[in-house]
Amino acid sequence: MIKRQLNSVAFYLLVISIVVVAVFPFYYSVITSFKTGTDLFSVDYFPKHFDLRNYRDVLNNDNFLRSILNSVFIASTTVVCALFLAVTASYALARVRFKGRGLLLMTILAVSMFPQIAVLAGLFEMVRFLGIYNSPWAMILSYTIFTLPFTVWVLTTFMRDLPVEIEEAAIVDGATPWVIITQVFLPLLWPALVTTGLLAFIGAWNEFLFALTFTASETMRTVPVAIAMLSGASDHEIPWGTIMAASVVVTVPLIILVLIFQRKIVAGLTAGGVKG
Amino acid sequence: MDTSLSLSKPNTKLKSVSSLRQQKLRAAMWFLAPMVTVLFCVAGWPLLRSIYFSFTDTSLTDLYGGQWVGFKNYLTWTTLSSGRTIFSGTLADPTWWNAVWNTIKFSVVSVSIETILGLMVALVLNQEFKGRGLVRAAILIPWAIPTIVSAKMWGWMLNDQFGIINHMLMALGLIDSNVAWTSNIDTAMFSVLVVDVWKTTPFMALLCLAGLQMIPRDIYEAAKIDGIHPVRVFFHVTLPLVRPALMVAVIFRMLDALRVFDLIYILTPNSKATKTMSVVSRENLIEFDKFAYGSAQSTLLFAIIAIFVCLYIWLGKLNLNGDTQR
Repeated sequence: MIKRQLNSVAFYLLVISIVVVAVFPFYYSVITSFKTGTDLFSVDYFPKHFDLRNYRDVLNNDNFLRSILNSVFIASTTVVCALFLAVTASYALARVRFKGRGLLLMTILAVSMFPQIAVLAGLFEMVRFLGIYNSPWAMILSYTIFTLPFTVWVLTTFMRDLPVEIEEAAIVDGATPWVIITQVFLPLLWPALVTTGLLAFIGAWNEFLFALTFTASETMRTVPVAIAMLSGASDHEIPWGTIMAASVVVTVPLIILVLIFQRKIVAGLTAGGVKG
Repeated sequence: MDTSLSLSKPNTKLKSVSSLRQQKLRAAMWFLAPMVTVLFCVAGWPLLRSIYFSFTDTSLTDLYGGQWVGFKNYLTWTTLSSGRTIFSGTLADPTWWNAVWNTIKFSVVSVSIETILGLMVALVLNQEFKGRGLVRAAILIPWAIPTIVSAKMWGWMLNDQFGIINHMLMALGLIDSNVAWTSNIDTAMFSVLVVDVWKTTPFMALLCLAGLQMIPRDIYEAAKIDGIHPVRVFFHVTLPLVRPALMVAVIFRMLDALRVFDLIYILTPNSKATKTMSVVSRENLIEFDKFAYGSAQSTLLFAIIAIFVCLYIWLGKLNLNGDTQR
C-alpha cells in the first residue's frame, strides 16, 4: 500500500516537473516584460513588479506594429494560397488511382523536408528577377515551399479517410469531380482545413531564414526578424525588457490559438507524421 | 506501394465505367497541375539554379555574370614549382568541416535526447490521471513559441550576469562563478542543445503518444496478469510496437536538425563552436559576397541530407507511404 502511494507521489512529481520545465521560460519572460530599469538586474522567481512601460514602448513602435501587420498578411496569404492549391491536388492524390502516385507523394514529402538553404541562392535570383525583393510577396512566394507540401500531405491523409460511399453516391447522381470536391467533400473537410491552415500559419509566422534574407528595410520585416533585430548596438545595451514584451505580444495569440485547437493540432501533427 | 497495380475489378469492361474513370483521371491531372507547377517553381527550379551557381563564379551583385568554373568551388589544387600541392575550395576549408562536425554533433545529440525524453513524456501522458489534458496543453507551449522568441527567452535566462540559470545553479552550489553559457566556446553547444531539446521534445512526445495509443490495451492487461515486470513489458512489448512511429518521428526531427539555422543564428551568433552548415552557407551566400561558394556549400548540405534519407529508409526498411502503414 505504502509502496503504491510512493509510486503515485513520484509519478505526480514527474508530471509537475514536466509542466514546470515546459512553462517556466515563458512564465519568466512574462515576469521580465513587466520589469524596467535596474529591476531587470535582480532575479525574481515570482512577479514583483508590474510596470507596463515595455508594452507601451513596443506598441508605440511603428516599425514593430508594421512588422506584425506584415506577418499577418504574409502568413494568411500563404495559407490561403496553399489551401486553395492543396484541396484539389489532395483529392486527386487521395481518391484517384494513377500511375506514379506513390512517387509523386514521396516527392511532395521530400520537398517539405528540404533544407531551405539549398534553394536560397536560386530563390534569391528568382526574387530579384521578379522584382519582389524587400516586399511581402518575396516571403509569400518562398513560404510556399514548406506550406504547400505540408498542406497537400496532411489533407491527403484526411481525405483518404473519408468514406467511399459518399463519393460513390455522388458519382451515381452524376456529379463531376469538381462538384464532388466543392459540394460533397469540402463541407466534411472544414475541420481538417482549419487544422492544416493553422499549422501552416504557425509555420509561416515563425519562419526566419527567408524573411531575414529577402527583406532589407525595417518596415518590411516580419515579426521574427523584427524581434531578432531589437537588440541594441552593443552587447551591453540589449533592451531585454522590450524584447520580452515584444515576445509576449507575438506569442500570446499563438498560445491561445494552440490551446483552443489543441486536439485538432495534435491530430494534424500526427497525420503529417505518424501516418505518413 | 504502387497502388495502380492493385486496381480492383479487373474484369469490368463496361464502357461507362471506363469512360467515368477516364473523366476522373483527366480531372485529376487538371487538379494536380497547378500544385505541381507551383512546387516546381518554388522548389525544383531554385534548387537546380543553386546547384548551377555552385559550378560558376557568380557574385551577389552580378547574378547573371557568372562563368562556368567546374568544381573550383568544391575542390581544386595547384602544384607549386617547389612541388607542394595547395588545395582550395569548400572541401579543403576547415571552417566548412568544422560546420559539418557541429551540425552532426548537434543533430545526433539533440535528436537522441529528444527521442528518449519524448518517449518518457509520451509514456506519462499515456497514463490516465487527473489533469492529463492540462499537461498536454502545457507541453504544447514550447512547440508553439516561435524559435526566434525561444532563442531570445533562453538567451535572457542564460545571460552571464543577470540570468536566472546562473542564479539557480549558484544557489544550488553547482557552480561557484557565473558562466557565460552562450558566448563561452565550451558551453555554447550545450546551450543550443538545451534550448532545442526544450523546444522540440513536445513534438516528439506527441508523435510517440500517437504511436502508443495505437497499441491495444489488452496486451498490457495480459502482461499484467502474467506478472511480467513493467520494464520487461516496455522493452519487449511497447518499444517494438511503437518503433514504426518512432522511426518516422526520428527522421522528421533529424531532417529538421540537420538544417538548423535560426536558433543558432540568434542564440550564439558567430560562435565557432556552434556554426552549422546552414549558418556558414548563408554567411558566404549573403554576407561575405561569396555567392557561388555558398551555393556549393548549400548543395553539399542538400547532398548530405539526401544521402542520409536514402540510407535511413534503406536501413530501417522504413515505409513512408501511408497506404500500407494503416
